[in-house]
Amino acid sequence: MMSGRAFVFGDGIDTDVLAPGIYMKLPIEQMAAHCLESVDPGFVASVRPGDIVVAGANFGVGSSREQAAEALKHLGVACVIARSFGAIFYRNALNFGLPVLVCGETGQIAQGDLLRVDPAAGRIVDETKGLEFAAQPLPDFLLQMIADGGLVPHLEKRFALRRA
Amino acid sequence: MAMTLAEKLLARASGRAAVSPGDILTCAVDLAMIHDSGGPRRVAPILKRWGVGVWDPNRVALISDHYVPAVDDETRRIAEVTRAFAIEQKISNFYEAEGICHVVLPERGHLRPGMFVVGGDSHSPTGGAFGTYMFGIGATEMAGVLATGEIWVRVPETIEITFDNAFGAAVVAKDLMLFLCGRMGMDGGRSQAVQFSGAAIRKLGMQERMTLANMTAELGGQVGLIEPDDVTVSYLRAAGVTSGDVSTWRSDEDAERAEHHRFDAAALSPYVAAPHSPANSAPVGEMDPVSIDVAYIGACTGAKLVDLRMAAEVLRGRRVAANVRLLVAPASRRDQDMAAREGIMAVLEEAGASLLPNACGICAGYGGTLDEGVTCLSSTARNFKGRMGAASSRVYLGSPYTVAASAVTGRITDPRILLAEGAPR
Ligand code: SF4
Repeated sequence: MMSGRAFVFGDGIDTDVLAPGIYMKLPIEQMAAHCLESVDPGFVASVRPGDIVVAGANFGVGSSREQAAEALKHLGVACVIARSFGAIFYRNALNFGLPVLVCGETGQIAQGDLLRVDPAAGRIVDETKGLEFAAQPLPDFLLQMIADGGLVPHLEKRFALRRA
Repeated sequence: MAMTLAEKLLARASGRAAVSPGDILTCAVDLAMIHDSGGPRRVAPILKRWGVGVWDPNRVALISDHYVPAVDDETRRIAEVTRAFAIEQKISNFYEAEGICHVVLPERGHLRPGMFVVGGDSHSPTGGAFGTYMFGIGATEMAGVLATGEIWVRVPETIEITFDNAFGAAVVAKDLMLFLCGRMGMDGGRSQAVQFSGAAIRKLGMQERMTLANMTAELGGQVGLIEPDDVTVSYLRAAGVTSGDVSTWRSDEDAERAEHHRFDAAALSPYVAAPHSPANSAPVGEMDPVSIDVAYIGACTGAKLVDLRMAAEVLRGRRVAANVRLLVAPASRRDQDMAAREGIMAVLEEAGASLLPNACGICAGYGGTLDEGVTCLSSTARNFKGRMGAASSRVYLGSPYTVAASAVTGRITDPRILLAEGAPR
């Protein structure tokens, strides 16, 4: 269960908007400072850990660069909710421990709305509007991987347990 | 429940009776393919951190093809790291300098209909030509697969693309894919499962089908599937595979497709893509007859036996224009040997081609690169800015027919013109 303010974006937010190509050489801390700036110059300054990114169709479409997901994670974004995702971004996000939820009704959520999200139940509550939306729930094994911080720490833990 | 081919393959891999788009599954991996560039040097440190080895050495294929041959200390070190990994992890399916991974894998009988395979390379959808669910993943995910033998998948929707009738003379798989990239865009496949069907597709041989499936990567699909049939079975027999059932692996008639596109194969002409995107394509007749400096017949999509045959058909009895360098990097040693037996290698050499090793060559700028300002027409799959060398080099894409014809005239040329003239004496 998580709660945070909604930062709302439209359709087709691509990996160049999330992790601009010209900043790709920089370390993640510096690169993340440019995340989403081409569509919302104030985003990085106002986003706080726990906030939630809400978007339309095809979020994360484009290249396979993992930094697109890593930048959001680095900024403390707790979760991304979108009508649909670019498939490589979708994989990368979960493998980096960033929950992503598919929900057809993101158009009803407005900038700044207070959201409560339960990825296990696939439930999104817009407290500001008093509305509730259904998302596709994430299966247990993915929730466990997210809780461990992503694929690499998750497997590290699993193999350490096996040895113990 | 009616299912598409992609859904049936994922149901098998996840041990379920039925799956639907959107389902998130854990799948058992039948085979993991890695190469020298994205393989051992990237995954070995992660496996070490976890303190584990590969889950099943017999289900891993390792191919050295990108940094082949080694030319300096760095590439020699990569070759060493790759060999050491094969020995340490007891990987017997290790092929060094035998050819490009996507071509070597099926030619050695590693792919069969119904399998679920991951590859550490973006052109891994090539395996879909065999009715294999095969897709590309990054090095971190590959380390996870090598350690566990498992990977999670979100079941994609299926986009079916049908080509009716038959392709005309000198119109081949490369033309079809450049046409589709131009028509649908580089993300026209929307990360979904693309399935190719229709009478024109069924008439294609296996290596042409591989080119089709391979470039599903350019369309942005996760996999590019073709239902296996008699053509598949005879290829597999020649590769020493006798097991495997083909009849199960087809889409049910009434299974749901997210999109269905239909085209008339007979209406297609040879296609060329201009710099710097495969989607920047048009029929060769509508392209400016740009002068070229380099003609490249190479890569997993452009230098298999069938591709070499196409080039030789045009080049027989002809010579490359004085100001053009024709480079040929046959996609595998076996294909080159077979081409030599057919007299094709002699035709290419007599035409003035220079031969490069059986490897990725200049396709991604590994084995040599294009100089500043050079214009190249290439039979490869991608022409992104700077991929083959200098950022100022300009790369056009075309079929082996078109590359060969343009090498002769010195500018981008419709191969049908030369083919209609017949071989000069
Ligand atoms: S030939 Fe080119 S496209 Fe094919 S695997 Fe090698 S680098 Fe990739």
